[in-house]
Amino acid sequence: MTFSSILIQLLNGLAAASSLFLVSAGLSLIFGVTRIVNFAHGSLYMLGLYGAYTLIELLGRTPLGFWSAVVLSALAVGLVGVLIELLVLRRIYRAPELFQLLATFAIVLVIKDIALFAWGAEDLVGPRAPGLSNAVEIMGKRVPAYDLLLIAIGPVVLAAIWLLLTRTRWGALVRAATQDREMVGALGVDQAKLFTSVFFVGAVLAGLGGALQIPREPANLELDLAVIADAFVVTVVGGLGSIGGAFLAAVIIGVAKAFCIGIGTVTWFGVEISFSKLTLVVEFLIMALVLVVRPYGLLGRPQAAQRVAAEPAPPFTVPSWSFALVWLALLLVVPWVADRYTAILLTDIVCFALFAVSLHFIMGPAGMVSFGHAAYFGIGAYAAGLLLKRAGLPMEAALLIAPLVAGAFAIVYGWFCVRLSGVYLAMLTLAFAQISWSIVFQWDSVTGGSNGVFGVWPSAWLADKTVYYYLALGLCGAGVALLWRVMFSPFGFVLRAGRDSPLRAEAIGIDLRRFQWAAFVLAGALAGLAGAVYAFSKGSISPSTISIAQSTDGLVMVLLGGVETLTGPVVGAAIFTWLRDVVARNTEFWRAVIGLVILLIVLLFPQGLVGGLKALAMRWREGRA
Amino acid sequence: MSSPAILEVRDLHAFYGRAHILHGVSLEARAGEVVALLGRNGAGKSTTMKAIMGLVPPARGEVSFDGRRIERLPPYRIARLGLGYVPEERRIFTDLSVTENLEVGRQAARAGTPTWDERKLFTLFPNLGGMRERPGGRMSGGEQQMLTIARTLMGNPRCVLLDEPSEGLAPIIVEQMANSIRALKSEGLSVLLSEQNLHFSQAVADRAYIIEKGQIRFGGSMAELTADASLREQYLSV
Repeated sequence: MTFSSILIQLLNGLAAASSLFLVSAGLSLIFGVTRIVNFAHGSLYMLGLYGAYTLIELLGRTPLGFWSAVVLSALAVGLVGVLIELLVLRRIYRAPELFQLLATFAIVLVIKDIALFAWGAEDLVGPRAPGLSNAVEIMGKRVPAYDLLLIAIGPVVLAAIWLLLTRTRWGALVRAATQDREMVGALGVDQAKLFTSVFFVGAVLAGLGGALQIPREPANLELDLAVIADAFVVTVVGGLGSIGGAFLAAVIIGVAKAFCIGIGTVTWFGVEISFSKLTLVVEFLIMALVLVVRPYGLLGRPQAAQRVAAEPAPPFTVPSWSFALVWLALLLVVPWVADRYTAILLTDIVCFALFAVSLHFIMGPAGMVSFGHAAYFGIGAYAAGLLLKRAGLPMEAALLIAPLVAGAFAIVYGWFCVRLSGVYLAMLTLAFAQISWSIVFQWDSVTGGSNGVFGVWPSAWLADKTVYYYLALGLCGAGVALLWRVMFSPFGFVLRAGRDSPLRAEAIGIDLRRFQWAAFVLAGALAGLAGAVYAFSKGSISPSTISIAQSTDGLVMVLLGGVETLTGPVVGAAIFTWLRDVVARNTEFWRAVIGLVILLIVLLFPQGLVGGLKALAMRWREGRA
Repeated sequence: MSSPAILEVRDLHAFYGRAHILHGVSLEARAGEVVALLGRNGAGKSTTMKAIMGLVPPARGEVSFDGRRIERLPPYRIARLGLGYVPEERRIFTDLSVTENLEVGRQAARAGTPTWDERKLFTLFPNLGGMRERPGGRMSGGEQQMLTIARTLMGNPRCVLLDEPSEGLAPIIVEQMANSIRALKSEGLSVLLSEQNLHFSQAVADRAYIIEKGQIRFGGSMAELTADASLREQYLSV
């Protein structure tokens, strides 16, 4: 590489970093004050991009039209942020953190379908910036003038945010509320208004980040999750709540990505290394590295403990035998009376039930939220498929070895993850899932790349859908039973003790990390079993089994059912899978329907479905007494 | 002592989670009066303060401030009516400078109550004037205690709830604190302070209540309490 081509990649990376910084800064501000991890922030970015596209068409491809469109689009997205805050989040600030997360997932689904409805499924390529479509010659290479402008915008916005935070009363209130929002309220500040204004500013930043990209990338429906993943990585690498850190991290990641694309394939010491394939993972590699060395990010500090008088999670209640037997009997009988389709749907449900219960096992009792649980589900699925197709093992052996493979990955990933806690832990799990995904997605010769693996069918004796259902029910049921049994063993008690008070648990001689690690591995292996069973039921495996969307589906199932109850995840998995099946057959906009259903549940039952029904039952009983 | 009550609490009950902490607390503070709420650790002093302020929503009972019922209002509305709250743990914004901490507490001037600004506060707490740009996190305990009171005064309150102002302070700072409270009284503010330190309370308060296990066991003038050794023995000695 010559010096000038290095410079070009550097400039390219810095141009990409600006938008990344804008959206991450907004995410960081909102998290700091409201403690809400806004999954919908990538969706706001996407809306900014679509909005700019449409507004430019309306206002004309002139410099005035272009820049008015960018600004108006950002402001419009700001208003969407205000709407989200007013209609949804304001009602659930007192709900558990995870439930707020679920609400923002639901908003992602709704916004995606609104965009699909308004702009269609095709990618929309925007115009170049009028007046800036030329290129500037730098050291013999041509750099788009628009890129140079973007490079300048990043630091300008950083300076503007910094001034806003340090030189205005609003800034003082935001910083004060980031530390202790209850005290800010006791001093006479209306938190609701402050939160709304913070949401507005954060959403404007996301919208601006998106709108500014219109000459550089087409507006498309995949941006929401892609951008939120990038923004998470940037905020975590920089340190949650640190705007300067977000800028630094955006620059590092933007430049690293640009270099990976620019370097291409290099041969070092006879080994061929494809840097361009690294592009999809490089940010997650950086994040994993940073989190291991600096658990709070580059410029972050340990999170201030929020003074929320949260009640500790109530102990789980054991489901009664009669109750369990009734359900088991139903599950056994249904395929005999229903059609083949029901058996297929029920197979899906039992797979996802085990997936959700294994996620709940580390989230609930162990208190470790994972944003990347699909890694183990997907690895289990791929291990099963590859052992069958590439290694030539019999299906039964592949099915039984696959969970061990997933468990082995969980041993490695978990070792890093249990060193962190809270949001940082969640982000690291996401990083590992994305690393796994991008390997699977790009290793064409082994995993089939984006096409996946085909012909993953079970042995002849299991070919019948109903028979396979019984196998799935047996294996997944056993997995669920095992996890539930463990929750009530001394091992499970240790995990819960560690969740409720890590310090006290360690003070009585518990090596908490080892227990959490073991829990992580057990959950990973059983998610792998669910994935393997799922793979053979479908006959093919695609990279989507390991995607962010799969991970978030798992979270939705657990949270929908209720994280504080034992049976909640099973109920959540069943309802979610069934609902998706029913709705998707009837409307193109199934995501919006599911999103709205989730929002309704969130607003009506802030403890999840099972928890909410229990509370209702208790109130009814007390009312009669 | 015939001025009307500015703060009136009737039969206040409050819970922390499922734990019933306050069992029907009643007390009052009149305009321009310094009232001490005395009791041992865990007696319910801080919870009374928080329940009045709406930080722990009262389960039952009435709280009136300046003739208005406030027990259902959120804390910020209560603060805006002119009831200031100074928390026991000080709760300084550690990342913010002294000036910024004061800025967060600022509210519009209020008719009939003294109006505070930085200059006037730095006269009351001279130490703070010399460290305007210092982050709250790098101040001593005594300085933080001054700052938390000053921050609340920026809201121009009519009445202040002071939760254990003397706790953990060096004797000389406690002395300064007593002077500051007397200064507030001379400005016409009402003060309800919670204390374990009887000596400190005697130096500043006109009247006193004793709280024990979430119930008021005594209410009367400071002179009465000073005269009754058995009362002090029963509820306050450690």
